[in-house]
Amino acid sequence: MNKPIRVVSVFCLVLFLALLVNSTYLMYVRADDLSDDPRNRRVITAAYSRERGAILVGNDAIARSVPSDDRYEFQRTYTQPLKYAPVTGYFSFYGQTGIERSQNAVLSGDDSRLFVTRLVDMLSNSDPQGGNVQLTIDAAAQDAAWEGLENLPGDAQGAVVALEPTTGRVLAMASTPTFDPNNLASHDFGAVRDLSVELNNDPRQPLINRGIGTTLPPGSTFKLVTAAAAIESGDYDADSMVPGGFRFQLPQSTTSVGNYDGGDCGGRRITLTQALQVSCNVTFLSLANELGVEAMADQAEAFGFNSTSLEDLGGQATSLYPRDMDPPQTALSGIGQSNVTATPLQMAMVVAAIANDGDVMRPYVVDEVRAPNLSVLDRTDPETISKAISSTTADELTRMMVETVSSGTATPAQIPGVEVAGKTGTAQSTPDRPPYAWFVSFAPADEPQVAVAVLVQSSDTSRSEIAGGRLGGPIAKAVMEAVISQ
Amino acid sequence: MSQNGALMGFVHRRRRGAELFLLVLALAVGIGAYAAVGLGVEGVVPADLAGYGGWLTALIVVAHVTVRIVAPYADPVLLPLVAALNGLGLAILRRLDLTYEANGLDQHTFARQQLTWMTLGVILFVATLVLLRDHRSLQRLTYTSGLAGILLLILPFLPVIGGEINGARIWINVAGFSFQPGEVAKVLLVVAFSGYLVLHRDALALAGRRVVFVDLPRGRDLGPILAMFGVSMMILVLQNDLGSSLLFFGLFLAMLYVATERPGWLVVGGLLFAAGALAAYTFVGNVQNRFNFWLHPMDYYEASPGSGQLVEAMFGMGWGGLIGRGLGNGFPERVPFAYSDFILSTVGEELGLTAVMAIVLCYGLIVERALRIALISRDGFGKLMALGLGAIIALQVFVVIGGVTGLIPLTGLTTPFLSYGGSSLVANWVVVALLLRISDQARRPAPRLDPVDDSVADSESTQVVKLR
Repeated sequence: MNKPIRVVSVFCLVLFLALLVNSTYLMYVRADDLSDDPRNRRVITAAYSRERGAILVGNDAIARSVPSDDRYEFQRTYTQPLKYAPVTGYFSFYGQTGIERSQNAVLSGDDSRLFVTRLVDMLSNSDPQGGNVQLTIDAAAQDAAWEGLENLPGDAQGAVVALEPTTGRVLAMASTPTFDPNNLASHDFGAVRDLSVELNNDPRQPLINRGIGTTLPPGSTFKLVTAAAAIESGDYDADSMVPGGFRFQLPQSTTSVGNYDGGDCGGRRITLTQALQVSCNVTFLSLANELGVEAMADQAEAFGFNSTSLEDLGGQATSLYPRDMDPPQTALSGIGQSNVTATPLQMAMVVAAIANDGDVMRPYVVDEVRAPNLSVLDRTDPETISKAISSTTADELTRMMVETVSSGTATPAQIPGVEVAGKTGTAQSTPDRPPYAWFVSFAPADEPQVAVAVLVQSSDTSRSEIAGGRLGGPIAKAVMEAVISQ
Repeated sequence: MSQNGALMGFVHRRRRGAELFLLVLALAVGIGAYAAVGLGVEGVVPADLAGYGGWLTALIVVAHVTVRIVAPYADPVLLPLVAALNGLGLAILRRLDLTYEANGLDQHTFARQQLTWMTLGVILFVATLVLLRDHRSLQRLTYTSGLAGILLLILPFLPVIGGEINGARIWINVAGFSFQPGEVAKVLLVVAFSGYLVLHRDALALAGRRVVFVDLPRGRDLGPILAMFGVSMMILVLQNDLGSSLLFFGLFLAMLYVATERPGWLVVGGLLFAAGALAAYTFVGNVQNRFNFWLHPMDYYEASPGSGQLVEAMFGMGWGGLIGRGLGNGFPERVPFAYSDFILSTVGEELGLTAVMAIVLCYGLIVERALRIALISRDGFGKLMALGLGAIIALQVFVVIGGVTGLIPLTGLTTPFLSYGGSSLVANWVVVALLLRISDQARRPAPRLDPVDDSVADSESTQVVKLR
C-alpha cells in the first residue's frame, strides 16, 4: 500500500503548498489593495487610533495629532487651518486629500521607509507612530500669499503659487475661499458628514486647491510663451521690430481684435520688448498666427502644458494647449485666449523656467520624509523635466519682463533695490463674467530666488478696475519680498 | 524485497529526549503568546500567567510521561506540534476574550473553557494510550464503530437534542452542553473504513474491467462507495454543511485508493463528487451563494447573506501583512466567529503571514508524520488508520484555511487544535493518541526471528540456520 500512500503524500504537499502560496498572495501581494479599499473600516479606525505624524513647515507642525480622551486616542489638529488647507488637505473618517492623502503611508507609519521604526515599535511593544513630512513651503511666503488673498476686496476667489526656480520647490500655495480641516477631522462623524456634503455643494468650491486644481485662460501672461516661441524660432529677439497698431484681423474670419485699452501700443511697428511692456494684443496675435499651432504647442508643452508634473498633491488639473486649433483660434491663443487654459502652478512653472535659464523643474511640496524621531529618511531631489528654452532666450525674456515691471503694465510689483521681472494678465472667458486677473513674476532678475503666479478669479472689484497688475501685482510683490528679505 | 529487508534492519530510536526538548519549545510558544496577549492588550503580564502556564505545563508533562511509559517508541514530533498549536490557540482565544469583554459582549470565557476542554482532551489522550495497547484490537470494532459513526451523524436530526446553530444542523444539546457529533464520528469512521477495507481490499482491487486505460471497479463493489457518497450528500443537503461533506467523502476516497492501489476509484469518486457538488450548486441556494461569495467577495460585502465575514477576514489578514500588527493591536472582533472557524484571520491580522505560514507548516508536519507512520506501519489496518487520520487533518486544514484565505469556497469547519470547540479539540487529541499508538507499534524493533534464547552451547552443537 506504500505506493498510493506516497501519492497521497504528494497530493497533501500540493494542498499545503497551495495554502502557503495563497496566503502569501493574500497577505503580501494583495495587502495594499485590501488596505486601500475604502470599505476597510479597520484601516481608518486604526489610523484614528494611532499617533499620526506631523506635517511640518519650517519648525512648525501645521498638522499634528494630539492625544484625545474619547474612544479614538488621537485628534488631528491643524494649527493654521485656513492658510494651509490647500496643501495639507484634510484627514477625516471618510477620506483624505492633499498631503494627508498623498503622504498617508508615511504619516500613518505604514511606509516601507519606516519599516525599522515599526519593527522597533513592535518589539518594544509601544504604539506605532507615524513619520513626519517636511514641506518645502516657506512660512513667510505663505503668510504673504495668504494675507494678500485675504485682503482682496469682498469675497474673492484666488490662488497664489510660488516656486523656487532653480529647484522647483513650492514656496507658497494659497487659495481662497478655503475651509477649516479641523472641522473635518472631528470625531463627531455625523457633523463631519454633514459638513463635507455642505462643502461639496458650496458654489464657491472651497475644497478646491485653486493653485493646481483650477484651469482658466491665462490671458496676457501667456504672451511670455508666445514670445518664447518667437525667439526660439530664431527670427526674433528682444529688439526685433514687430507689428503694433490698433487691431488684428483674425485669419479666415471677419473678426478683428483690438488692444486692451484700445490704443495702438505705441506705433505700427514696435520692438518685442515694447510689445510685452504694454502687453500689446496685436503683436502677440500676429506672432502666434505666424508661428502656427505646431510651434506654439511645442513651446507650451515644453513649459509643461498638456501634462501634469506635481506628484506630491492630488487634484492637479492639466493645463491645455490643444493641437487641433484652427488659425483664428491659434492667433487668439497667442494672447492666452481661445482654448488655452492654465493653472496658477503652470504659469508659475513658465516664469520659473524663464528665471532658471530655460530649465523646467518638477514642482514638489514634500521636502523630507522623517521618522517619528525626526531623523531624515528620504529627501526629494530636484529634477529637471525639460529644457523649455535656451538660456539666451531666457535672458532676452528676462530683460523684457524687467522692462515690463520697471516701466510697463507690471509696475505694482516693483521692489525698491531689487530688479523684478513680471507680466500681467487679464483674461476674458465669457462676456457676462468678470475677467480674471493674473500676475506672474520672479525676483531678483539676475539671480532668481522666487517665481510667483497669482490668479484672482473673481472679486468684488468693479469690472473696469480689474487688471492683473492692480490686483495681483501687490500680492506677488509681497510674496517675493518675503522670500528675498530672508 | 531487498528494500523491505533494509527497512526491517533499521531500528528506530525512542527519541523521548528529543520530544521533551521540542515540548519545552512548544510550551514557550503557548505561554509566551499568552504573556504577549496580556502585554499587547492591557500593557501588563497577565496576573494568572503562573497559574495558566503551570496548568498548561502540567497537561503537557502528563501527556509526555504517559507516552514515555506506555508508548516509548512513538513518534517524537507529533505531540510537540500539537502542544504548540493548542497553546497558541489558547492565547489567541484569550486575546479575543479581552476584546469581546472590552466591547461589552458576554462571550468572553472562550480561553477558560478551551483550557477545560484541553484538559479533557489530554485525559482522553492518556486513557486512549493506556487502554489501547495495540491498535489492531480496534479492528474488531469495525462494524460497531461504523454504526456508531453513522448514528452520531444522524443525532443532530433528532428532535429535542438536535439543534441548528448558524444555519448548520450539526449540533446536539445535552444537559446544557452543545456537542458536534461529527467530530467524533470522523474518528469512528476512520476505524470502520480501515477495518472494512483491509478485509475487502483484494476484492475491491482485483475484480473489475479495464475501460480506456482506467481500471473500473465491479458494479457490486460500488456499494460501499455509493453508500459513503450518499452519507456525504445527506450531510451536505440536510445539514447544510459543505465542509464536512467534502471531508468525509475525501477521506473515504483516499482510504479506498490506498487500500486498493487503484486510481480508478479516484476517478469514480471524483466524478460522483463533482456530480453531487454540481447538483448541490444547482439546487441548494446556500452552496450557490458560497460560490458567488468566493468568486466575487468584494461584490457581496454588504449583502445579507453576504461575504462580509470573508471580506473582513481578508481585510484583517491583508492589514496584518508580513509580520502582523502585534497581539492586541488589531480588530479581530470585526470578523464574526473569529474564535472558531475564522481564528486564522486573527492570527493573520495580529501575527502576520509569518505566523500563518508557521501554522500551516505545523499542520503540514503533523500530516507528514501521520503519512510516515502509515508508510512504516507493519500491518494494513494500522497503515490505513494512520493514513485516514492524516488525511482528515490534511483535508480539514485545507478546507478551512483555504476557505478563510479565499482559495476555495468557504465552508464551516474548525481549525484543528486552534479553534474554540470542545468536540473538535477532544476528538483531535484522541486522533493524536491513536497516531502515537500506531507509530509506537511501527517504530518498535521488529520481533527477532532468530532464536536468541538458545544458549550458546546449544547453537554450537546444533545446526541452526540463521535467517540473517
